[in-house]
Amino acid sequence: MTLGLINANPVVHAKKERIARTDYPHADHAVDPLDIYDFVRDIRDPEHPYSLEQLSVLSEESITVDDKLGLILITFTPTVQHCSMATVIGLCLRVKLKHYFPPHYKVDIKVSPGSHADEESVNKQLNDKERVAAALENPNLRQLVDECLYSNEL
Amino acid sequence: MGMAIESMELNEVETLEGHTDRVWSLDWNPATGHSGIPLLFASSSGDKTVRVWEQNTLSSNRFTCKAVLDETHTRTVRSCAWSPSGKLLATASFDATTALWENVGGEFECVSTLEGHENEVKSVCWNASGNLLATCSRDKSVWIWEVQQGNDVECVSVLQGHTQDVKMVKWHPTMDVLFSCSYDNTIKVWADEGESDDWQCVQTLGEPNKGHTSTVWSISFNASGNKMVTCSDDLTLKVWETENIELQSAGEFAPWRHLYTLTDYHDRTIFSVHWSREGILASGAADNAIRLFVDNNESEVDGPMFKLLLKKEKAHDMDINCVQWSPGEKPLLASASDDGTIKVWELAS
Repeated sequence: MTLGLINANPVVHAKKERIARTDYPHADHAVDPLDIYDFVRDIRDPEHPYSLEQLSVLSEESITVDDKLGLILITFTPTVQHCSMATVIGLCLRVKLKHYFPPHYKVDIKVSPGSHADEESVNKQLNDKERVAAALENPNLRQLVDECLYSNEL
Repeated sequence: MGMAIESMELNEVETLEGHTDRVWSLDWNPATGHSGIPLLFASSSGDKTVRVWEQNTLSSNRFTCKAVLDETHTRTVRSCAWSPSGKLLATASFDATTALWENVGGEFECVSTLEGHENEVKSVCWNASGNLLATCSRDKSVWIWEVQQGNDVECVSVLQGHTQDVKMVKWHPTMDVLFSCSYDNTIKVWADEGESDDWQCVQTLGEPNKGHTSTVWSISFNASGNKMVTCSDDLTLKVWETENIELQSAGEFAPWRHLYTLTDYHDRTIFSVHWSREGILASGAADNAIRLFVDNNESEVDGPMFKLLLKKEKAHDMDINCVQWSPGEKPLLASASDDGTIKVWELAS
């Protein structure tokens, strides 16, 4: 049944305890990495019924924010070096942030150094907004992204 | 001139709202803005529409949306281009087609649809005489089309050579020589070497020629056509020069060479650059800023060849995708942004 999966046996970690935050969204609250992490930690992995957090694809430490300059950098770690789903994960992160964050933030998304065999080409693709826009108009890719974002399977 | 130019300002004239998604591109109709014909431009958007805007010269000089072209393309309209006569508008879409529109009694009608690209068409451009069109796509190819009587359009050549998607095509302003730039970091020059529509890549400008080190997004020529400027995701603008563009018509080729690199100005991807007839370079980028550059006349030997004339920070709330100087007498610049607006600016001293 698992034949064809890129990573058939991922390591699953416990979900981090959540700190209740009631101060966001708030006009005078500076966005910090935890705000962003809270938004994206539950995105489902494109291959497995686990969240990006559970698979350690993402952590709070892999997000940096410069609130003054309006810059967000998310670095994620695919579960395997040849993960062909890396670009889908990147698209999920972009869509989720676009829906829930003020649009004037500049978002850069990268795979963490050394975590992917085609690191440079994946990073280039994830940050070319024309390719991102085109990918999101592709019904098959869009469906895959939506399933990761709105899945109740976790 | 030196003194006057130092004190120039780019003043916002107007913000145009209407598109419901990012505005990718705009193109001024070259047949407007003179001889009493009011200025007019088209804009294209992620909302799948094209809008046509016209200046009201009788009262406010404001632009109003004259038409919304919304029933042809099914995906993002990535770019648009008026024919040299201003009679036809070509629109390129992520739906893999390019449409031709004609103004018939005040209504824009789709008179032809160009099909052939495998996927997203990203750019469309007319040659100087208006009988040839070029398009490019994520499918890595560049197509040349001939526009015949009655708006019949026929593909005359499919050019392969780029190794990644092609971002923009641009014809030389006077010669039938085509330029394309790509996600593969290069600019390619294409010329018709024989009489049988035998288009060939005659030059590739890449890293070994002091070229760009990341995606090249846009190309623009100076008025005389012996210089071009390109902009890139590598955060630089590069100026290129050729000795003799006329040679090209004789079947010979004078290669382009790197002249100057403008670096350390923009902080994020530069999506658009446009050279005005007066020689002012305008650039628009993902850092929300517009910058204007001019030839540095007082340059000493080895000094900078171009200098920053002015920087308009926060020109838009989001990325700027396109900047275009108007064809009219006044120095007007229009900019299109991810924030869904188009702004019209006037350069004043």
